[in-house]
Amino acid sequence: MQALVVAAHGSHLNPDASDPTYAHAETVRETGAFDEVRETFWKEEPHFREVIRTLESEEIFVVPLFISEGYFTEQVIPRELRLEGWDPEQWDSDGTSATEVTLEVGDAEKTVHYCGPVGTHDAMTDVIVQRAETVTGDPEVSEGVGLAVVGHGTDRNENSAKAIEYHTERIRKRDRFDAVQALYMDEAPEVDDVTEYFETDDIVVVPLFIADGYHTQEDIPEDMGLTPDYRLGWDVPSEVDGHRIWYAGAVGTEALLADVLLERASDAGATLGDALERVRQETMQGDAGPSESNSSHAQTNGKPVTDS
Amino acid sequence: MTALETAVDALLERAEDNSVTFDGLRLGSDGDAYTLSTPTIERDGLEADALRDVLTGLDDLEPYVRNWYHWQVRVGAKGTARRAFLRWCERAPLSADEMQVADPVDESPTLPKRNAALETGIDREWGQLAITARFLDTTEPTGERVYDCWHVEDADTALEALEVYDEPSDAREIATNDEDGRYRPLKTAPTLRSGWAFTGLSGRELVDTIGFIYPATIANWHREQRGNLDVDHWVDTAERQTGIYDVIDDLPREAVDWLAEACCVDSQCLRRREWEYEAGDDLEPAGGDGPFPCREPCSLVVAAARKWAILESETEKTYELELTTSEYNQLADLIDAVADGRVDDIREADVNDGANRYRARYLRAKRFDDEGGLDARERSE
Ligand code: SF4
Repeated sequence: MQALVVAAHGSHLNPDASDPTYAHAETVRETGAFDEVRETFWKEEPHFREVIRTLESEEIFVVPLFISEGYFTEQVIPRELRLEGWDPEQWDSDGTSATEVTLEVGDAEKTVHYCGPVGTHDAMTDVIVQRAETVTGDPEVSEGVGLAVVGHGTDRNENSAKAIEYHTERIRKRDRFDAVQALYMDEAPEVDDVTEYFETDDIVVVPLFIADGYHTQEDIPEDMGLTPDYRLGWDVPSEVDGHRIWYAGAVGTEALLADVLLERASDAGATLGDALERVRQETMQGDAGPSESNSSHAQTNGKPVTDS
Repeated sequence: MTALETAVDALLERAEDNSVTFDGLRLGSDGDAYTLSTPTIERDGLEADALRDVLTGLDDLEPYVRNWYHWQVRVGAKGTARRAFLRWCERAPLSADEMQVADPVDESPTLPKRNAALETGIDREWGQLAITARFLDTTEPTGERVYDCWHVEDADTALEALEVYDEPSDAREIATNDEDGRYRPLKTAPTLRSGWAFTGLSGRELVDTIGFIYPATIANWHREQRGNLDVDHWVDTAERQTGIYDVIDDLPREAVDWLAEACCVDSQCLRRREWEYEAGDDLEPAGGDGPFPCREPCSLVVAAARKWAILESETEKTYELELTTSEYNQLADLIDAVADGRVDDIREADVNDGANRYRARYLRAKRFDDEGGLDARERSE
């Protein structure tokens, strides 16, 4: 028997924070590729600390639903899961290349395949592009369009910028959009100046965040000038300095992200049958999954979201 | 083949290699002949064919055979929390590897009694959940069980008046917000909303449903039953923290008592707190009475502890402020009402209650200064 565990942050204050986790886990569950699929959280239940014991499977694939390697993937999750003998060196990663480590856990007789986060997997590049398609409603979106990939910035976690750069570069090489630019909240080049980095009329802005929350629903829209006050909401697209800005909200709400979970587990040796093809087919139609509800959420704007 | 014949075949196959001892049924073989017994029936020296005739022909035996088939073939899952929990649901005895604690919590009824009860349903409570185990089909019995699950408060509500579900993952929606639409960050808070029911769940679906409502409670209960619950006391958990939670091990010993009283008592959380300050150093508040244990401070308590660790690092000061005796008592009423979550229950016109909104607004109008705080002076020593 094999199980997939999706490990995410969650929130004590805002139930929407875990919606993408549940939605993507449910997509994977429906494929039947795993005997068990379980969500687990730092701030919700089941906590990382107790998740392994809720599973009957002996082979467990843990995929962190996080954007970058760093504090959570290297310290918190392995410690709380009681991964025995864990050392970040075992991933032998430059910050974006973690794949998998197989370890035992301290509180159960199970084998855990601890995978790199979804955010740094190559398949994430496709999710970003797909997000641009979803938000514009145009599966061909490319010509005359600029794409901005937005991250938090380096002063919080040096690897967060690496993940942004990595995908930006990969999309750039595809030569699909007129320009592709990495932007940050806390450092240059800043998302505030988004229009300065593009000559195109249309700019699609995709924040590389897992869930919609304070940053994606308050900070970034206000910083970019989409709205003077996030509570008033904004249009998609919005006019800013003569450009049309298509603001996508968190990339993690895109249905195709379920595909990255499967890719991670598959790289770590999970047996998937035809689950990958099925999930891709289903989630690329863009008519299901969490992306819909969240893009309308962005347009009308819902409750503000913060957490301690 | 009838359901009974299928069960008998499976049983005979099993008995060929091994003797069977299960829930009162015993079947052994000495190589040539079989011995069969239940609390009321004893046969020995049975040849294989005669044994089959007895097993399919004796009414009193049927329930034993069906029971064996249900648990050993349909459910299987030996040693799992799921199996132990489903056994608990119908008050079936737990086997040695399912339970190693000295006193069984329940006296288990005999199989005929259990079977009779399963015809109408056996009820259990798990936190705020009422669970009923019953036979799937009572007209043509196969021994297969199904489960219903709803809120204890809905015990007397007709099914038509409830929202009925059969998908375990729907339980997540139910558990997310309380009756007033507020988010429930602690899944075991006694604020589960009512008005819904899951019916006809398989055993696996029941366990999954409960996993969405009260995550990990079955797994930890099972460990406790087997005598191997791993408790992490306050000090272990506090010292393990890093990042912004690193500070919680500064919380004074007595403040951990207050924390447990604030968060972990039955009125706030249905888990039974098993963690203490450290091994051999118990906290003052009682751990509670819930069926499922809490094995270490949860993330909500850790987050709150961080706040208290920071607040407790302040030094105490003495303030002087003008209050009448009734106003002083009113402050206590206000704190009490908020702490007990009573604020919304105080009637608009009940000005006798110190926490009445008009009383509170009057006090604020009278005693607050221009900055919006209590008008008080810090006394210098
Ligand atoms: S730590 Fe306290 S509040 Fe948290 S789950 Fe345990 S008993 Fe409940």
